[in-house]
Amino acid sequence: MASASAKKLRPKYLSLSALLFEIRLPLPGWVSILHRISGALLVFPFAAWLLFMLDASLASEQGFERTRAYLDLPLVKLGMLLFVWAYAHHFCAGMRFLLLDINRGIELKQARLSSVFVLLISLLLTAWFGVKLW
Amino acid sequence: MVNRVVTGAHYGTGSWLAQRITALVIAVYSVVALVVVFVGKPLSHAVLKDLFSQGWMRVATLVFMVSLAWHAWVGVRDILMDYVKPDGLRLTLEVLVILLLASYLGWTVQVLWR
Repeated sequence: MASASAKKLRPKYLSLSALLFEIRLPLPGWVSILHRISGALLVFPFAAWLLFMLDASLASEQGFERTRAYLDLPLVKLGMLLFVWAYAHHFCAGMRFLLLDINRGIELKQARLSSVFVLLISLLLTAWFGVKLW
Repeated sequence: MVNRVVTGAHYGTGSWLAQRITALVIAVYSVVALVVVFVGKPLSHAVLKDLFSQGWMRVATLVFMVSLAWHAWVGVRDILMDYVKPDGLRLTLEVLVILLLASYLGWTVQVLWR
């Protein structure tokens, strides 16, 4: 029976404290999981949020001014900052994955270096945008 | 015993490739849009309306949104397959995501051709 071996009980050492403190994700792993998280955030709520703002600012002169005033609210600015980070990270990490797909930078050293670049560049872009925003 | 080779038919290859091609479309549109917004005139309602009244911008934006929806569908489906194990719940979430992405497309058409 094929399922017998699949159902064999194996010891598991995964606990919350192990996940939090003992199992450390290597940097490429962080790039990967953040790629997922940022992607999910971009699908919802960010895509809807940006469509909403584009809709309003294209609809009328008042709508544009309302959107501009809306973007001045501190909480909205914070949201925009998170959006910029998500977009920048998803973009940079995505480019890295495309390069990995065509076998560029798959050696351990290069892969580590490129993951550092992805994390840094997206944070720098977010910081630059934050400075422009405030 | 059913001897079905589930990995031999390349079920996922089409999605995999589509996700990468749509990624490039999204990336190119994003960079062009950024350049247009930051290098062009300061944004105002008139400038924005002028930009989106041009045929190429409308078509490019629609192609971008279709790519985005397709790309997002492959990605979200991957996430759901990885983390949501109960079939009924996963199916429900998948249907909701399809409805969400379809309404994004409808909304985009409405915004572009009003």
